[in-house]
Formats: sequence, C-alpha cells, structure tokens
Amino acid sequence: MSSLPADPLVVADDAAISGDDGQKPPSAVVVRGRGSLVLRRFRRNKGAMVALVILALLFASAFLGPKLYEMITGWTYSDQDYTAFLSPPSGDHWFGTTQIGQDVFSRTMRGLQKSLLIGLLVALISTGLAAVVGACAGYFGGWVDRTLMWLVDLLLVIPSFLIVAIISPAFRDAGWIVLVLLIAVFAWMITARIIRGMTLSLKEREFVLAAKFSGVSSAGIIFRHLIPNMSSLLIIDATIAVASAIIAESGLSYFGFGIQSPDVSLGNLIAEGTRSAFTYPWLFMFSGGLLVATTLAVSVIGDALRDALDPSSSRAGSTK
Amino acid sequence: MGRFLLKRLANYLVLVIVATTLAYFVASLVLNPRSAYEGRNPPPPAAVVDQQLTAYGVNDKDPLLGRYADWIGGVVLHGDFGKTVRGADINDQLGSRALVSLRLLVLGSILGAVFGVLAGVVSAIKKYRPTDRLITGYAFFFIATPVFFTAVLLKYGALSVNQAAGSTLLYYTGYETPGLQAGFFGHLTDQIGHLILPTLSIALGQIAFFSRYQRNAMLDVMNSDFLRTAEAKGLTRRKALYKHGLRTALIPMATLLAYSFGTLAVGATFTEKIFGWHGMGEWVVDSITSNDINVVATVTLFTAIFILISGFLSDVIYAVLDPRVRV
Repeated sequence: MSSLPADPLVVADDAAISGDDGQKPPSAVVVRGRGSLVLRRFRRNKGAMVALVILALLFASAFLGPKLYEMITGWTYSDQDYTAFLSPPSGDHWFGTTQIGQDVFSRTMRGLQKSLLIGLLVALISTGLAAVVGACAGYFGGWVDRTLMWLVDLLLVIPSFLIVAIISPAFRDAGWIVLVLLIAVFAWMITARIIRGMTLSLKEREFVLAAKFSGVSSAGIIFRHLIPNMSSLLIIDATIAVASAIIAESGLSYFGFGIQSPDVSLGNLIAEGTRSAFTYPWLFMFSGGLLVATTLAVSVIGDALRDALDPSSSRAGSTK
Repeated sequence: MGRFLLKRLANYLVLVIVATTLAYFVASLVLNPRSAYEGRNPPPPAAVVDQQLTAYGVNDKDPLLGRYADWIGGVVLHGDFGKTVRGADINDQLGSRALVSLRLLVLGSILGAVFGVLAGVVSAIKKYRPTDRLITGYAFFFIATPVFFTAVLLKYGALSVNQAAGSTLLYYTGYETPGLQAGFFGHLTDQIGHLILPTLSIALGQIAFFSRYQRNAMLDVMNSDFLRTAEAKGLTRRKALYKHGLRTALIPMATLLAYSFGTLAVGATFTEKIFGWHGMGEWVVDSITSNDINVVATVTLFTAIFILISGFLSDVIYAVLDPRVRV
C-alpha cells in the first residue's frame, strides 16, 4: 500500500495524527505504510503503553525472576524452609512462606509462568484453528461449510467448563499440554464464525479472483491471500483469547480440575490462599493481584490494538 | 412472531437434549463410580459392588446406551433423576439446591443486564468524559477479574463494613443463619443480608460485560443517519437518543443476553463454592470429585434448561424490539 503515493485516507490520517494539522506544505507530507501508521496510533495510546510495559515486566519476572531470586535468596519453588512457617513477607522470603514453609515468591512466579504459557498457547491454537476453519468454510461453501458450521454450533452448545472439568483430571499424567488443548478446543467457535463471514465477502474481491484464475491452489489462496487479509481481526482476537484462556485455566485449577500438583498455576495458588485470605493475606494477594494485573494488561492492549487497527476508528488522533 | 418463537423453542430443545446427552456420555466414560467402594476396609466383594452400581444405574459393565436410556426415561417419564453414587435420591436435594441457585442466577442476570445497559448508555453519551472513563475503567477491571477474586475482595469489604457498623450486617457464609427464630421479617432481612454479597460478586462482572457491549452498540447508533433525521424533524437530542437510539442499540444486546448465561452459570459455581451456598454449582463440582455420573447429568440438564428459558426470553425481547422478525 505504501507504493501508492496519495492514498487519501492515509494522508488524512497522517495529518490528523501529526500535531501540525496539515500546516506543513504538501510536499512535506510523508506517506506512511499501514504498519507504521498502526504502530503510531498504538504508541499514542498511553494506557496501552503502560499495559505493554506491565506485561513485559510480568513476562520478565515470570521467566527470569525465579533464577535471579534463587541467586539472591537461594529458594526455588519446590524447596521448603523448615525454619519459617507462615512467615510474612521479608527480605529472605519476599512474598512470605506457606504453612509448610514453601517460598511464596518462587511459587507465584512459577505459577505466573505457567499461566502465561497456557494463555499464549491457547490463544495461538484457538485463533489458528478459527482462521483455518472459518476461511475454509467461507471459501469452499457447500457441504464443507455446512459440516464445519454444524460443528461450530455443536461445540457452542456443549457446557465446555463442565466437560473440560470432567475430562482433564483423567489426563493428569499427560501434563498441562492436554489442558491447553482442551481449553483451546472450546475457545475458537465464535471467531471462526466471524472469519467465515469476512471470507464470504473477501473471496469475491478482485485480488482473490485474480489469484484463482492464474492457477493458485485453494490452499494457497486461503493461506496467502485470505488469512493475511484478516490479520488485524486475528491479532485482536488472539490478544483477547490470551486473557480469557488465563481466566479459564485459573478457574479450572481453582477447583482442582486444571494444573495438578506438584506443578502450580495461579489458579491453584489462589485456591490455596483463599481459605486464609484474611489471616495470612500474602498467600492470596500476590497470586490474585498478579492474575488480575496480567489479564487487565492483556485486555487493555487488545482494546488499543482494536482502535489502532480499525481504519474507521475516530480515536486515532484524539487521545492526547 | 409465534412461528419465529416456536422455531427458536424447538431449536433450544434440541440443544438441551444434545448438551445433557453429551454430559452424560462424557461423565460415564471418564468418571469411575467404582472408586467410591475401593477405599473401603474390609473391601466389599466384587459382586456386591457390581450389584450396587447396577442398582444406581452407574455400573460401567452394563451397556452405556442402556444406562442412558434408563436414566433419561426416568427423567422424562417420572421426573426421577436417579440416585447418587452413595445411593441417596437426587430428587430429595434437587428442589432446595435449584432454588438456592436460581435465586443467585436470576438476581445476578437481571441486575447485570439492567445496570450494565444503563452504564453502557451513560458511557456512550458521555464519551471520553470523566464519567465514561470511570465506567470504562470499572468495566475493564471486572472483566479481567475472575469471580473467585472478586468474591474474596467483597468478603474483605464486608468484614470492614461489619466492623465499622459494630454488628453483622453483611453475611458471607451460607444462605441463612441456621436455627434463627425471628419471625417472617426477621428471616427475610436475614436472607437478604446473606444474599447481598454473593449476588454482587456475580452482578459486578455481568454489569461490566454488558456495559462494554452496550457502549459500542450505542456509539454505532449515535453516528447513524436516522438519529440525525429524528433531530432534524424537531426532536430534542435526549428524546431522539432514548426513543430511537436506545431501542435500536438494545437489539444486539438481546442476543448477547442469551450468550452470557453460560458464563453466568459458571461464575455462579465459584460464588456458591466460596460463599458456602449449597446450590447446583457446588453440587456439580463435588460430584465430579466423587465420580457421581447421575448428578453431573442432572446439573447439566438444569443449567441447559436455565439457558433455554433465558435464551427464549431474549428471543422474545428481540421480537418485541425488532419488528422485522415478527412478520
């Protein structure tokens, strides 16, 4: 798109975004590609930038934190300190200890790590699945469409939380990957429907018809022409899916149907802490607070992406 | 309109059957009721265990289809939901538990929908002003916060309210004070005191959820031509917004209402567990842990029927709001 010199929308948007309100002589107008435009819109959103920094910090502390912490204090998530039971936060145990002397900081970071991993993986799988299924249903039409949409309807009806709760303890030996797959299987349907609708209108466009008549295979059209053209929706959707997957996982783990001990996730930690949330708040507040911080940051970023990627968004330049 | 609603009702009935059947089959394949007898000392003879399990209709050696046919037949023909894995009658507990859950679910969804729509409309009209920012911040926080975190925060709040008031105004365990002798009004205030926090824990999230969607729907409508026309023909902005705008913006919410009941039912499970309410949600969690197939299927049926009724209601709202579906 950047090769076109004077896309009126881009120029107008550029004028709206730059502080000078088009006061510059026309020759100085820089025509930007969509990518840099989106980036600029996103960067202007202060809340989103704060959320991005928070999320980066959370990632850093979840994946690097335990190592650093072990170097400084010497505790890991599986150790027990027999000299400190239920001790409040201190220099030796930053977030305090549990009833059996486990270090809350290293356990919380371990749980955060698992929750983030699960969120990212579920989002990747479910959005990928939604894109492929939706695009195939829309592009091929006919019985493929009917079968896939019937599957979507069926999965929407199934009480997913209940089914995952029943099935997942049966796979406790297979580890957390099964949990990721189970959550992902029930998370893609609504997006797939939206993708299908978009495909129906996209497949009549000239560039798709041109590709088709010059002999590109169906798979080529779907993966190289259709799906890339819906990427903004997919990016937004994947972001939201991260937050909802983290909440779903912690909900399952809260009841003991998700991540099984000795492994931990934020859900398990919150469940353990809930009983003593009033008397020993450090058992509950750190894991709960981090969970909320994570999902909140992710959904603020998702919202900002929606604004930045939406060409008709009126908010582009208005956030001061 | 009648035909539209009948079609929707048939559709929902099929969904109820599919959901219940699936839950029954998955539960039967995965859960192991035999484990209830394995820990006993001395171990009961295998034949006795088999006989017991067959009597309760959960023996994995009997053919699955036959067991399912027996169970669903009992439900449809006699209203008999079968026995729990320990041999108690499910029907005995069903009534009181359903009542406990319904109280939460109905109040939570009504409060959530009404206040959510209101907050969304206010937020859209005051776009980017402090009120909007406040509501948006609230909505983001509660959408990102799982119910089990909100519930504990509410308990904290209640604790400090009670301390400030010097007496227990807000209760956070159970559904009424056991053994209370206070007459009709005493009981009523007692139950309301118990009801406030659990309902809030559900409604806060629902309000947040609805307000976001209502805000978007309202913003879309506010830019539309028909509102400008309505103003041009002499209506005040306020009148045009409420008479023409709100009605149009409510239509997508009717569909959303039907979708939201699933998450509501799951959320109520956490609420019941945390506030010690013996409702359907608590029952299903306990029954999965104790490998109780019939209870899982019963609760699924209950939830599916709840979703059916509320989905049907949202279709009625849809039909009332949108004249196009009535023809």
